[in-house]
Amino acid sequence: MGELLIGIYVLVLSSFVGFEIINKVPPTLHTPLMSGANAISGITIVGALYAARHTEAKISVILGCVALAMATINVVGGFMVTNRMLAMFGSKKK
Amino acid sequence: MSAQDVAQLIYLASAILFVVGLKRLTKVRTAQAGNMIAGIAMLLAVVGALVEYQIFSYQWIAIGLIAGSAIGAFAAQRVPMTEMPEMVAIFNGVGGAASGLVALSVFWGEIVEKSVTGTMAASMGADAAVTLFLSIIIGMVTLTGSVVAYLKLSGKISGSPILIPGRHVINALLLIGSLGAGVYMAFMSTGLDQTVSLALGVSAAAALLGVLLVIPIGGADMPVVISLLNSYSGVAASATGFIIGNKVLIISGAMVGAAGLILTQIMCVAMNRSLANVVFGGFGEEGGGGGKSGEYENVTSCGPEEAAMILENASSVIVVPGYGLAVAQAQHAVRELADLLEKNGAEVRYAIHPVAGRMPGHMNVLLAEADVPYEQLVEMDEINPEFAQTDVVIVIGANDVVNPASLTDQESPIYGMPILEVHHAQTVFVIKRGLGSGFAGVKNELFERDNTMMVFGDAKKVIQGLTSELKESVPGLAA
Repeated sequence: MGELLIGIYVLVLSSFVGFEIINKVPPTLHTPLMSGANAISGITIVGALYAARHTEAKISVILGCVALAMATINVVGGFMVTNRMLAMFGSKKK
Repeated sequence: MSAQDVAQLIYLASAILFVVGLKRLTKVRTAQAGNMIAGIAMLLAVVGALVEYQIFSYQWIAIGLIAGSAIGAFAAQRVPMTEMPEMVAIFNGVGGAASGLVALSVFWGEIVEKSVTGTMAASMGADAAVTLFLSIIIGMVTLTGSVVAYLKLSGKISGSPILIPGRHVINALLLIGSLGAGVYMAFMSTGLDQTVSLALGVSAAAALLGVLLVIPIGGADMPVVISLLNSYSGVAASATGFIIGNKVLIISGAMVGAAGLILTQIMCVAMNRSLANVVFGGFGEEGGGGGKSGEYENVTSCGPEEAAMILENASSVIVVPGYGLAVAQAQHAVRELADLLEKNGAEVRYAIHPVAGRMPGHMNVLLAEADVPYEQLVEMDEINPEFAQTDVVIVIGANDVVNPASLTDQESPIYGMPILEVHHAQTVFVIKRGLGSGFAGVKNELFERDNTMMVFGDAKKVIQGLTSELKESVPGLAA
């Protein structure tokens, strides 16, 4: 039970961090923040690496490989799109 | 120190950077750096995973990473700024699907390929078995829900709510059914064939649920839906973390899940709606029925030349951009007109409604693309007292966010929504293609006011027309 309990601890505390970090956000940043948070949710890439780690062409590995490709799209695309949005604010900063 | 310990420390560093990055994303000055830091955190997490899982055979990993990076980068570079919301929806959908697929992959690897005969819970532990089916359900709902949101935003299916009779009952049954099947699969099913059918059945039911949850929601509410689905995909990632016992997944997933929920809440507040109202309300279903509807009377319209004459003498101008601006890609034309007006001695500002466009902040992004100075963008609460002292307001392709009915007409479906009170200005030009209604499907009383003039036409063409008329009538400006 130890492992599960630690997991729950981590889950609850991280959720609190997530709640606390986002309190006031200027409307300007709603879209970029959503996009950035979306890129972070691509963290499932770690799970996909786990699932695709074997060499044999088994169904489980192929599923993992597809998951990995999808998670990577989420991560790479997500961060790049967010950066594109924010770059436009950056160039015109005072 | 073992490789496992090293991996855990890398994960810790990654988690810290995720917190820092997300925090910085909430402030304009630090947002870009924040995004970069979150990106580095992700890279660290990947390195940590390569170390933890001792990955030395790269064939499948390389295929997945290279294909994903290429597709992601290509899409991110190519998408026009106006289609950002759709893009985020799709990225979110594939992220959710990835979590679901990881869960299915683990299921196949641990149960099917090992020909396990007992229950799942007995062979992989009750916690892993439970989080496995939860991850499948949440992942699939995120995938199909995001796809429907994408289709609605891109206009490939109707943006108006599609209401299926008894949908709440159907949805509740699907949810209970998939959860029930998941529990049965985890704790009771012993035959391999049966367990596999259950896994596929749970996936299919969740996929259908995702479609049915989003399809009754109107196009105007899609940003909120995407934000909510974003939160789901974080939860799905967190559940995946429990399946494979990986802390960085649990941490980042939970953090994004919570942050997404708060952001969703902030967006709802900006629209003066509750989340329940967005999700269950089927906003816009009353169509033109609620509030005053029907024909417009006493609408005054004019062409660009008359409008230019009034603009010529204006000393304060406020531009109110809406989704029509994005559709017409008129941001550069607006910038040009604004420059001209400033040369003519007028003060030009932009009033940004929190939910103008299809996504909060949509207008800021568009105007920033046209290099409109950041200081000229003024938020709703700040600019509302200013309209009374303003000569000319130019409303470009916005509708519901300037409808005074939301202040006065208690019958109106948008009653109570904060608006930009442009009707207090001396003259209001509304540039629009016709008298069609906005997302809320209600008549806009602003169009009938005495101080309002409609200028019909494509936003970009009208603005360019105004610019050239101004140049003609004030010779000094053309130079």
